[in-house]
Amino acid sequence: MRWLWIDRILALEPGRRLIACKAISLSEPHLHQHFPASGDLPALPLAPAPLIIEGMAQTGGLLAGHARGFKDDVVLAKLRKAELEFEVLPGATIEFEATLVAIDAQGASVDGLVRVKDPAWDAPRDLGAIDLMFAHVPAERDSLLAAEAFRTLISGSVLAGGDGVGQMIV
Amino acid sequence: MTRDEIHARVQEVLAEVLGIDEEEVTPRATLTGDLGAESIDFLDIVFRLEQAFDIKIEQGELFPENLQQDSTYVQDGVLTEAGLNALRERLPHAEIDAIAGDPRLGRVGEIFTVDAIINFVERKLGAAA
Repeated sequence: MRWLWIDRILALEPGRRLIACKAISLSEPHLHQHFPASGDLPALPLAPAPLIIEGMAQTGGLLAGHARGFKDDVVLAKLRKAELEFEVLPGATIEFEATLVAIDAQGASVDGLVRVKDPAWDAPRDLGAIDLMFAHVPAERDSLLAAEAFRTLISGSVLAGGDGVGQMIV
Repeated sequence: MTRDEIHARVQEVLAEVLGIDEEEVTPRATLTGDLGAESIDFLDIVFRLEQAFDIKIEQGELFPENLQQDSTYVQDGVLTEAGLNALRERLPHAEIDAIAGDPRLGRVGEIFTVDAIINFVERKLGAAA
């Protein structure tokens, strides 16, 4: 099974750019392990940075996969840069913007920008940059599109020629 | 663009791709042995050179492919004379003679030096001019 770390696909420029978002909820059980109360310290639930990277990898992977008609599996091969400036708290929404730098039969290079919208702020803030390399490998049965969660995400979204509202209009 | 200008830009690209200091990117440094490049880095280098110099690099043009699957070129883990000649023909930017005396396949990485990349870019830009 795959752990989806995108809630909705927001915008697509085929072969150039994909924007997706993920709401951070206190009902996600892993937030209670990251970090639980310890001694005199109260619990401090935060969106884990590795999962923020996972969200950008899923966004970039969908962009690269779509650019080649999903004929290959797109495998994260290298994390070139991950610079995140602050912690993301429950109630916020993370926006992943992936830009395709280059792509060929062997793989793809994607630069990512991460923004955060928090109800406590007047405007979104830039969280940082995550740059990735993907390798293309022959598609297998457990490919990205074979995963039910991803089919649900893509269905009705701009990736499938929909109006960008994703699974909400299915 | 002069060779020094190409060198400076190649230094920037390799430092960014490999996460190292530009000072480490000396002309004789090998990508794998000295600078720690891994296989996916080679594709990253190709993509970033295309961007930095506004050139198109075909698959296998800068770094060779499918060499070790061909028994004409590699026998018992050692490059044959035909293999060395194929490298000379395919990679005129690299110094193949550096490994000709001991052409074990594991030494092929030694021909991919910073200088070889500068030579490659210089040839590409010269051909485009």
